[in-house]
Amino acid sequence: MVKYSEDHEWVKLEGDVVTVGITDFAQNEMGDIVFVELPEPGTVVSAGGDMATVESFKAASSVYAPLNGEVVEINDTLEADPALVNTDPMGDGWFVKIKIEDSAAFDKLLDEEAYKKLTQ
Amino acid sequence: MLKHTALHDLHKEREAKLAPFAGFDMPLYYRSGALKEHLLCREQAAIFDVSHMGQIEIKNPSMLADSAAEKILSVLEQLIPADLLSLIAGQQRYGLLLTPEGCIADDLMVMHMGDNIRLVVNAACVQKDMHYLRGHFENRLPVTVTQLPRALVAVQGPMAEMVLSELIAGLGDLAFMQLGHFYFDGHEVQISRSGYTGEDGFEISLPNAAARSFVDAICATGKAELAGLVARDSLRLEAGLCLYGQDMDEGVSAMDAGLGWAVSRARRSGGEREGGFQGAERTLAEFKGGAAWQRVGAQSHTNRPVRAGSQIFAEETATKAIGSVTSGSPAPSVGCPVVMMRLKGTHEISVGGVVWADVRGRRIALTVCNMPFFAHRFKR
Repeated sequence: MVKYSEDHEWVKLEGDVVTVGITDFAQNEMGDIVFVELPEPGTVVSAGGDMATVESFKAASSVYAPLNGEVVEINDTLEADPALVNTDPMGDGWFVKIKIEDSAAFDKLLDEEAYKKLTQ
Repeated sequence: MLKHTALHDLHKEREAKLAPFAGFDMPLYYRSGALKEHLLCREQAAIFDVSHMGQIEIKNPSMLADSAAEKILSVLEQLIPADLLSLIAGQQRYGLLLTPEGCIADDLMVMHMGDNIRLVVNAACVQKDMHYLRGHFENRLPVTVTQLPRALVAVQGPMAEMVLSELIAGLGDLAFMQLGHFYFDGHEVQISRSGYTGEDGFEISLPNAAARSFVDAICATGKAELAGLVARDSLRLEAGLCLYGQDMDEGVSAMDAGLGWAVSRARRSGGEREGGFQGAERTLAEFKGGAAWQRVGAQSHTNRPVRAGSQIFAEETATKAIGSVTSGSPAPSVGCPVVMMRLKGTHEISVGGVVWADVRGRRIALTVCNMPFFAHRFKR
């Protein structure tokens, strides 16, 4: 199941691990992405806190953790090919996998309909 | 309320990402994005709407044509430390408008139009410059200083001449920094062979009413496309060209900004018209004794861009900054991000040396290198 944060991340839950990336809307707003800085695996992140930085051609943007948890895997391919975030934001352009503490918090994220409203 | 250029509707039709710039609603980039626009300019040709820039006409209608321009230039030499008296009709020169304290009020182009002088100035400086110019000409030379309500379009890139020649005959005769009067679709246009990308190219001043059909006609050749301010910024940075408000402003002198080259030899100590301009005392003293700041170029080792505002340190662990980044951007034609920095004049730098930028609390190594980062391809 995929949910969305108000900060334009998508969050896909499988077991107790979520995969996180930025939405198509967000990548389109940023333009050409040239660099992505991801946290080290093992980093403990808290909802709303800085998790990653995305450098587009024109400026840097922060990406915030959508939920509390521990980063268990990062998408290394973004180092060599940051443009994957533009071409496949919901797929190969994923950022991190986070082992979450509490699936109730996931349920509180926006569903697709609510997120669409946010971006209209 | 943001101002619109004559091409604003076109920007919207082309789905430009628009943002405020110097009071105008300007295109940052279009559908294809800044990266492709940047490369298109280096490989083919790109079209930039630069109508936000001020086109200022200085005119003395009561004087004979051949003496009016020269008299205006001689008064302008009191504000701009360039060799303006040697300009002939159909030529333009880059210059710095200096304050009495020797700081940079603006950087501009001075165009000899035959019977008048035209300045092309930064959008944010138009009102300030007009006030300064009027005040200085008053009691010295009776002139009118008027902002021209015209569009300005830059066509830049190796195919610029070929593309424009399909629309306007005779452009190929212009050399770099030469200008002339031409016609497009019955409208009188002034075209100079110049630009701010490091590429060969042209800047076309034309009536607002003709701007849309002119750009449409260029696009219809299929060899050039619109590009926005983001690509314009990365292109000018690669070319080592300074942007007013970032790499220079009223807080720094010509030498601080590494723009000593814009002070013509004739106006320096020992030159045929030494001094005699606002801020000459400081400017000439800094030629001899050095300035408080220096402009230095550097490149990154990774694809992580370092942006304007980053503090610069001499060592990875140093706590006292030696300056800061004034412009920074990805540089697709160089292959790695580049920066222009303003460093303390006393800090000794050498090409190949390393300095450290602070990026969000992390120290990033930068290697000092020569500018321009990407060699100019002007047609001299």
